[in-house]
Amino acid sequence: MTETPIVEAATATDRTPVLECRNLCVSYFTRAGEAPAVVDFNLKLMPGEAHGIVGESGCGKSTVALAIMNYMGRNGAIVGGEILFQGRDMRTMTQEELRRIRGSKIAMVYQEPMASLNPSMRIAEQLAEVPLYHEGVSQREALARAESMLEQVRLPDPKRIMNSYPHQISGGQQQRVVIAMALLSNPSLLLLDEPTTALDVTVEAGIVELIKEVAAKFGTSLIYISHNLGLILETCSRLTVMYSGEAVETGAIHDVFDNMRHPYTRGLFGSIPVPGANKNARPLAAIRGQLPLPYARPKGCFFGPRCDYFVEGRCDQPPLMMHEVAPGSSHATRCVRFAEIDWSAAKASVAERQPVQRGQVVLRVEDLSKHYIIESGAAALIGARRTVKANEKISFRAHEAETVAIVGESGCGKSTFAKVLMGLEPASAGKVQLGEIELANLPVQRRDKHTISRLQMVFQNPFDTLNPSHTIGGQIGRVIRKFGVESDPKKVQDRVDQLLDIVKLPRDFAKRLPRQLSGGQKQRVGIARAFAGNPDMVIADEPVSALDVSVQAAVTGLLMDIQREHRTTLLFISHDLSVVRYLADRIIVMYLGQIMERGTTEEIFSPPYHPYTEALLSAVPIADASVRKRKIVVAGEIPSPTKPPPGCPFQTRCHYMIKGVCDVTPPPLREFGADHVIACHLEKDALEKMEPVITAGTAA
Amino acid sequence: MTTANISLDTAPVPFNVRIRQPTALIGLVLLMWVPLTLYVMFGPFLSDTLKSFVLLPAIPATVALYVIAVTSWRESPVAIIGATLVFFWLFVAVSAPYLPLIDPNKPLAPFAEMGAYKKDHWFLLGADFKGRDMLSRDLWGCQRVLVWGVSATLVAYAVGAFFGLLAGYLSGWWDQAISLVCNILLSFPVMVLFILILNYLGPSGFNIVIAVTFASAPAIMRIVRGLTLDTRSRDYIFAAQTRGEHPLRIMIFELLPNARGPIIVDACLRLGYTTVAITTLTFLGLGLQPPDPDWGLMIKESTKVAMVWKFSYMLLIPALSVSSLILGFNLLADGLREMSLRD
Amino acid sequence: MLKLIGSRLLQMLLIMGVISFILFAIFDSDKFKKQIAVNELGGFAVSALSEQDYQAWLEKKGLNVPFYQRYLNWVAGVAQGDFGKSFEKNEPVADLLATRLVHTGLLALWVFALMIPLSLLFGVVAGMKEGSPQDRLTSFISVLTTSLPEIATAIILTVIFALGLRWLPPNAAMVNGWDWRALVLPVLTLVLYDFGYVARMTRASMAEVMNSQYIRTAILKGLPYRRVILRHALRNALIAPFTIIVLQMNWLLSGVVVVEVFFQYAGFGKLLLDAALFGDIYVIQAATLVAVFVAVASQIISDVGYTFLNPRIRFA
Repeated sequence: MTETPIVEAATATDRTPVLECRNLCVSYFTRAGEAPAVVDFNLKLMPGEAHGIVGESGCGKSTVALAIMNYMGRNGAIVGGEILFQGRDMRTMTQEELRRIRGSKIAMVYQEPMASLNPSMRIAEQLAEVPLYHEGVSQREALARAESMLEQVRLPDPKRIMNSYPHQISGGQQQRVVIAMALLSNPSLLLLDEPTTALDVTVEAGIVELIKEVAAKFGTSLIYISHNLGLILETCSRLTVMYSGEAVETGAIHDVFDNMRHPYTRGLFGSIPVPGANKNARPLAAIRGQLPLPYARPKGCFFGPRCDYFVEGRCDQPPLMMHEVAPGSSHATRCVRFAEIDWSAAKASVAERQPVQRGQVVLRVEDLSKHYIIESGAAALIGARRTVKANEKISFRAHEAETVAIVGESGCGKSTFAKVLMGLEPASAGKVQLGEIELANLPVQRRDKHTISRLQMVFQNPFDTLNPSHTIGGQIGRVIRKFGVESDPKKVQDRVDQLLDIVKLPRDFAKRLPRQLSGGQKQRVGIARAFAGNPDMVIADEPVSALDVSVQAAVTGLLMDIQREHRTTLLFISHDLSVVRYLADRIIVMYLGQIMERGTTEEIFSPPYHPYTEALLSAVPIADASVRKRKIVVAGEIPSPTKPPPGCPFQTRCHYMIKGVCDVTPPPLREFGADHVIACHLEKDALEKMEPVITAGTAA
Repeated sequence: MTTANISLDTAPVPFNVRIRQPTALIGLVLLMWVPLTLYVMFGPFLSDTLKSFVLLPAIPATVALYVIAVTSWRESPVAIIGATLVFFWLFVAVSAPYLPLIDPNKPLAPFAEMGAYKKDHWFLLGADFKGRDMLSRDLWGCQRVLVWGVSATLVAYAVGAFFGLLAGYLSGWWDQAISLVCNILLSFPVMVLFILILNYLGPSGFNIVIAVTFASAPAIMRIVRGLTLDTRSRDYIFAAQTRGEHPLRIMIFELLPNARGPIIVDACLRLGYTTVAITTLTFLGLGLQPPDPDWGLMIKESTKVAMVWKFSYMLLIPALSVSSLILGFNLLADGLREMSLRD
Repeated sequence: MLKLIGSRLLQMLLIMGVISFILFAIFDSDKFKKQIAVNELGGFAVSALSEQDYQAWLEKKGLNVPFYQRYLNWVAGVAQGDFGKSFEKNEPVADLLATRLVHTGLLALWVFALMIPLSLLFGVVAGMKEGSPQDRLTSFISVLTTSLPEIATAIILTVIFALGLRWLPPNAAMVNGWDWRALVLPVLTLVLYDFGYVARMTRASMAEVMNSQYIRTAILKGLPYRRVILRHALRNALIAPFTIIVLQMNWLLSGVVVVEVFFQYAGFGKLLLDAALFGDIYVIQAATLVAVFVAVASQIISDVGYTFLNPRIRFA
């Protein structure tokens, strides 16, 4: 644990809890019948306490938040249990009583700040409404309070923001406005529903910092809902793990993190790439199987079919109750066998593997630049043009059987780079060589079949990667025929079957349509499609970022297995440093279209760092209580790529910024070791003096 | 949000997949449509014997299609009511020659009232000012408006969708040029455009097809262009591009099938508009020509003589008939949209 | 904003130039000229018209010069407010159009005055609660009314109120002078047809807004329901219907033709149809340009209004 939690769990029992959920059951009513979304949920939240709810998508964690707000939409309803807010059952309150509590006693922060703010109202009015309607203060007073609250959430220039419409400020600023709105009436309970999921990681770090700070300052109790265990560790003192609508384990953060007592919690932790994990020495273990549908849950333990410790006759006997791990402890688990399982035994299912030897250079990129010229309608008339430098002087090499990762936040130009490689956009300058072929200005239409099949891609969004109108088999088969691997229908079919085997999907999936597949399965088909033409190199553009952690582990594992087998070069584009650390051999860190630092994974994760790498490393939440992190919070937000700052692109947020140097001249390249390059104005020895950001503690 | 997930998970197989054999379905539609088109469009060129049995295979095809429609859309009562109205008129259209009706063009008893028995014939719905049986004229009257309406909509769709795909997918210069032409055409109020085109070409069924194409294709083009723009940035299109597929193949195989949902709904609505347009144009004297019965024509011929309460049936019957057909198309569109939103 | 209006006006001028040129080119054919000649000279069928008479007629009317020259003359005339003379009615087109436009304008005014509040009210109330009885009722009424074409509505209304109940005159020819009662049925017909469409669009827009996340925020902020609807929902929900209502001008001009012909109301639509059937070039020309002007102007108003109402575009 890096820092102390906001407020230690209240130990006094005489105080009434702020919120108590007792056996809460929530269902949605759909055409298919009643779908229980939350089953038998219990929670006790003391004043000033921060409680985390963690789970994968569809586990019911957001439903809990909305149920607490008593806002279930048209087809949802609380079907059992009670929700006590400061000792009063919210289910018995009238609409008017609920209205008085909402926004004043209980406030909420949402996942998508842009969608949560009214697009046609100025921020001033949206904020002032809260004191105006809850406390009946004057308009002037309300506006004054709104402005001072904007200052307290550390928004620069509150006057300007008060006068803005939501779309005129950035995502991080919007979320700060939403937080300000929630805090305006000094609520006793703040619900945070994935408040940073839509934001970049360096922006996220700032918001998390703010939440901790204001909660401490106002003494607010928090319920923090997230899919990210690392974030929960940073913000909460207690935690509930949910699976398929049920709380499976609950307890103090350290009890759960260090002595987990439910196989699902353990599986979840096993699939997260923490600093100790390594693709060769300590590979991740995915949870097998899939989340059951709400109306098709198994009898007894919902996790049963995916559990390694499942015992017939015991685990499939309902009802399953929460068991205290130790008598009198607040640490509880829903596993009936928790006392029998040897929790200290290492998971032996995944074996250690030999590192792969890299081969010859496959891809050579030299000073590649891609500039766009923007001519907006009105500007075109007067001849005003703006150049967007999406990629600026990018150089690196990738070898056979090697995994090279490109890391960066939004707007760093990583997707543009992929487009140039694939031949969908011409390069503005520089060279790209795949083997002996020059690709920089060879659009895909002019590449021959063989060249195209040598370079393939795995896409980001599983819901977009497959054409919803065609069958899986048809789509893979098309690639096989197109690249001339096979043409005889029988042989194409055989090859499709073979590819489905490789990505571990049943052969009869060939006849299915994409909508009948889960996200992870679709991503597997996407991988099969990319490997159908036996490529030399595969570009994977955030292939797992839209998937749940347990599925992520399975998909990355698969991708690496195939790569290892075929000795394919993998260019892995990602914003997630944890994943990258786990699977990459070499890393390229990009910011606003430029390479800030490149080197081996080892080199990137230890000093000397580029200041941006340093900030990025510090911002990534890590779900390991034994890891210590040096805290560096960078100021501000990522500038728009259309208006990059002069000099070094990172200078606006860098705390090493040297006035008159960094904001004037582009940074020089400083070389350390064979292929470790940092683009920074800091002198070599200054860079070398940096301390490590992440230090692993004793093994968990 | 959890709601979304659940509704996603519980979604049964959507309606357009549920009709299991698309080839069989297309076969049935052709079996119904080709004879009807032959009969109505090229009637004068057919020999009498051919004319007497050409519509026979269309009757079972129509019934079969109706049964399929009702069973596959059973969850949407709105769609079923719509389909029932539309298929009622389709059935009447294909079976008119075999129904026990007297010749719709034969003048018998002018101004015979509803239910009157004159000249050895029960005039259930009365007779018009020339003495022609209203029931027979009304039922026969659906043929031409159906055939020309559907054909015109199909042609307009083919043209509009093609240009919409071009403009949306290729964008740039193509988009600018196509959009400019569309903007010019869309600057005309529809009826003004109809009047100008039909006045220039002369009134006939084929010219209605041309006029409807000019009037509707720009709007269709805009819809398809919008759908294309929306789909164009999807990863699977990107995937097709990166494996070097030809733009035409991408447009037809990758883009078009994914736009079919909104297109089908819009096509149903547009069938309604086209029916309105044909009836109105015929009423204005710019559309279908006498003597064969048509609803618009019946209204046009009766406005001069039927402006009395006693003879108002001459106006009401065709007006209600055409309204029921349009209502059918609109309800069908509503039901299909509702189902596609649920899935 | 001014730039937007300016560019759209420029675009409109361009479109009108192109359209008038095409119209001139189309109606310059011998076929049309002969038809007019026959109508003017009286009596004969087109085939009976001798080439000599035809040429003489052309000369007399100044139609024997190449069409682009006539087009330029015409454009020069239009610039001075002279739209030429009607062949059929032998009256200056400008005067003819002016009276007819006033008549149609009156009709349109009443239609909008009734249709806008009615359809907005129904649409908003229906969209506030999706699936509620008032929503279903609105849906039912609007599907029914949009399914009745103007011609059918006109017939049904006439049969009931004019022929059956005899409350109102069956036509609006107004041979005995101006009669407000005669205007009721044409107005009602157009209102009924447009109402359904606008109400449906308003409902859809309102329902979408009510399902949006910012309405959830507003409710969970603890605002009173009235405030949520009036301040948060309504403004966003009415942006789309506003543009649709303005664009209804275009639809209305189509509906006007049918209604005016059916009720024999001496308005713009009837003028256009009569002119088209007669081949009265200058009238068609001018009437089309007016129609296009109205349509394009309404598009500009809707664009500008949309930009103005939607801060996301205004302050982009």
